[in-house]
Amino acid sequence: MIVDDIQSLRRILKENRTIAMVGLSERWYRPSNFAAKYLQEYGYRVIPVNPNYESILGEKCYPRLEDIADPIDVVDVFQRSEVVVPIAHSAIKCSAKVLWLQLGIFNQEAEELAAQAGMDVVVNRCMKIEHARLFGGLNFIGVDTKVISSTRSTWVS
Amino acid sequence: MADREYGIETLCLHAGQLPDPVTGARVPPIYQTAAYVFDSADHAASLFNLQTFGNIYTRIMNPTNAVFEQRMAALEKGRAGVAVSSGMAAQLVALLTILQAGDHVVSAKTLYGGTHTQLAFNFRKLGIDATFVDSDVPDNFAAAITPRTKCLYVESIGNPASNLVDFEAVSEIAREHGLPLIVDNTFATPYLCRPFEFGADIVVHSATKFICGHGTSIGGVLVESGNFPWDNGNFPTMMEPSEGYHGIRFYETFGDFGYTMKARCEILRTFGPTLSPFNSFLFLQGLETLHVRMDRHVENAKVVAEFLENHSAVEWVSYPGLMSSPYFDLVQKYFPKGASAIMSFGIRGGVESCVRFIESVQFLSHLANLGDAKTLVVHPASTTHRQLDEEAQKAAGVQPNMIRISVGLETIEDILWDLDQALDASQKL
Repeated sequence: MIVDDIQSLRRILKENRTIAMVGLSERWYRPSNFAAKYLQEYGYRVIPVNPNYESILGEKCYPRLEDIADPIDVVDVFQRSEVVVPIAHSAIKCSAKVLWLQLGIFNQEAEELAAQAGMDVVVNRCMKIEHARLFGGLNFIGVDTKVISSTRSTWVS
Repeated sequence: MADREYGIETLCLHAGQLPDPVTGARVPPIYQTAAYVFDSADHAASLFNLQTFGNIYTRIMNPTNAVFEQRMAALEKGRAGVAVSSGMAAQLVALLTILQAGDHVVSAKTLYGGTHTQLAFNFRKLGIDATFVDSDVPDNFAAAITPRTKCLYVESIGNPASNLVDFEAVSEIAREHGLPLIVDNTFATPYLCRPFEFGADIVVHSATKFICGHGTSIGGVLVESGNFPWDNGNFPTMMEPSEGYHGIRFYETFGDFGYTMKARCEILRTFGPTLSPFNSFLFLQGLETLHVRMDRHVENAKVVAEFLENHSAVEWVSYPGLMSSPYFDLVQKYFPKGASAIMSFGIRGGVESCVRFIESVQFLSHLANLGDAKTLVVHPASTTHRQLDEEAQKAAGVQPNMIRISVGLETIEDILWDLDQALDASQKL
């Protein structure tokens, strides 16, 4: 199912802990590296998928999703929209639960493939920013999180 | 469950704050602290690198200020905000985030006197030039744009002439030239007008005015829409590694809130116009009743404008909400809930009559502020716009016999009574 609402995003971020990050860069100032480092700090395991590197941020790097032996919860894609369909096929093969396409990435065919396979699909959102939006960090830098609630916040620091 | 789009009244009360995680406090706590502990050396490094979001030092961010910033971003239907120490600081930070020596601004010429001075005097000393144009003709903005121009600047309701700008026409010109339109929305507040809905890209406020609402605190805020394409080739400093913040590329890293992150990390951090968290607390108190106050301000202002228009001691009234105003059509389009509560009028008899009027008011307050719950009057030529010579005053919409009034929330008959007796006194030699 393609999801975009606060409740579903919160559930996805809470229930899933292992993220295969396709297209993660080794360079510290790239957005993918920012996101991976951030997600590691909040207890997620980030497995890099990139044929160009041996390891990134202390994790062994794999050329393809299929090469990863451990179970994968989320396939987080930092690749151009045009190349997402084969990644969706691989994500289904790996029995991942979530296909997450980062900011600016859209591919209707890939989204429908993953949704039909029973995966949750998130489109055009950054996993780091959504975590920060729904679990605290963005509240420190003036970004409109759109969270309205009279329940005590459950921020993580 | 699909996310609900909350109404502006709900946002005035709730946006940006959840009950405190530790104490359950419903009201935003005042975090009166200069700094915040780091969990480890690595945590500190991640925070400074902006790889994780968190508090470092109150000059750059503060949890009470952050509630105010987020609430203003929500009310303006923007992406993110940065709170600063005054309205002047808000425009300074907004502009310096994208301007450097050699750059150029095209601004409406009808501006608050301090803003005019900041652009025409202070910025010129820094090597940044401004051209001031008559904003009644939107094409004047296009004609003044040069290859060095980096933004267009207007007030949503001009101070003190209460003139309006055709936002859509001006924002279309900005878009055609790949430039952001910056709007000072102080007079209107996001309750009466949200410039982003008409194509503006950055909004600045003096929070001292209606946002505070009670004249207790000086402060300001800037908000970005999140829609401006900073990668259009005109803004290399948004794209290239920042020399001022160890190589961060603000637009690539933070996307639709990259501009406010740059404002915070490159300008607020090093120029230092930080807002006190206590002032944020008072602004948040003010915002909780913004919608109720603005409706009454507008209601009272309409009555005052009609009263003044019919008074024998008054030569002219400039209030866009009057049928006789040349801006009446723009009010219908951009200010359906009303054109705020600030107006100017000319007293028969010139400067001397103005002085007698100002000295005769009983409870209307003679001071240089506006947007207070109390009714305020001022003679701009001798106060708020005094730094300008007579020619520059005229260009800014200031006439020698002009009184500016910010209509407050007192009993409307009392406001009319005080105006009437002071106007009568103004005519006695």
